[in-house]
Amino acid sequence: MSRRARLWVLAVGGLGLAVLLFAASLELPGFGGDRHPYGARAVEAALARHTSNVIAAVNFDQRAFDTLGEESILFCAALGTVVLLRQTSDERRVRPEPARVAPPVRRYALVALPVTLLIGLYVIAHGQLSPGGGFQGGVVVATALHLLYIAVDYRALERIRPVGLYAMADAAGEAAYLLLGAAGLVAGTAYLANVLPYGTFNTLASGGTVPLLNAAVGVEVASGVVVLLASFLDQAVEIVDADDTSDRSPDHHTPPEEKPT
Amino acid sequence: MADVLIVLALALVAASSTAAVLARDPVRQSTVLALLGLSLALLFAVLQAPDVALSQLAVGSALTPLMLLLSVRKVRRRGREGGSHRNTGNRPGSTDREGRR
Repeated sequence: MSRRARLWVLAVGGLGLAVLLFAASLELPGFGGDRHPYGARAVEAALARHTSNVIAAVNFDQRAFDTLGEESILFCAALGTVVLLRQTSDERRVRPEPARVAPPVRRYALVALPVTLLIGLYVIAHGQLSPGGGFQGGVVVATALHLLYIAVDYRALERIRPVGLYAMADAAGEAAYLLLGAAGLVAGTAYLANVLPYGTFNTLASGGTVPLLNAAVGVEVASGVVVLLASFLDQAVEIVDADDTSDRSPDHHTPPEEKPT
Repeated sequence: MADVLIVLALALVAASSTAAVLARDPVRQSTVLALLGLSLALLFAVLQAPDVALSQLAVGSALTPLMLLLSVRKVRRRGREGGSHRNTGNRPGSTDREGRR
């Protein structure tokens, strides 16, 4: 196809998309209204199951199967990153040397680390009550751990981050979600059905299976992000080509170190 | 009042996303991306979607720029190593590795 013909196809396709989008936007409800047919039904269903965060009720109860897919996306992404960024036979590890950190940066990061960690755990634990949940809190927990890299250096981060354990926790979180879903089948209803007692409204244990699924996602996301960042950090900090002689450590003829996993 | 906030947040998103497109240096771009994540989080919060705002804040302004910076660091280091070694012709397996990445 010539360049001219391709441009014509693009123009026709773009114009068709624009017309369809415009036609669709004419049927949208007004911007910023306080009533919405789906919103009202979702709130009703969430309150009926004693879940005060309606978003959590949608994510982990009404549309729990969607969330299983989303959780699996992150799981597969972390898995793919680990496979793609692994240390190959023509690469070796160089122990990073202790780095000097400016004192204000160190102080700030060391103060921010426990606070951020606590906020992340709080956001996970209160996912069924207030905005947030396993996904948001999991990412916060994972990034909080990496403040140690900013405050001290990479070796300190590696000490609190055994990647193998986090990879196992990642898989355990994913498996917990699948198995909790199967609990619905055992109870004689549907997969991922909310089979547990709903509890008292607006307490930590309310919402039936919602807090459990939320916690499973929290574990999976926190460890998945840690594993994901570990692969990137290893490549950026530790792993160099085997025939490279321009690195910083003097003992670069030692055989490649074993992975800490 | 709420409309003014929404318009302001939208303008902030438009400005920072334009800046992210126009920034050519990946390191600078990652900083602008973090700002874009922040302004998107602000927009979601103003639109009363705090759950999405939290995700956006954690992923868009912390995780994505960090992964971008780490990738840039790795690529630059490889470029430096490659520059000092390529002319020796002593890089077994360098071609298939480059094909893989």
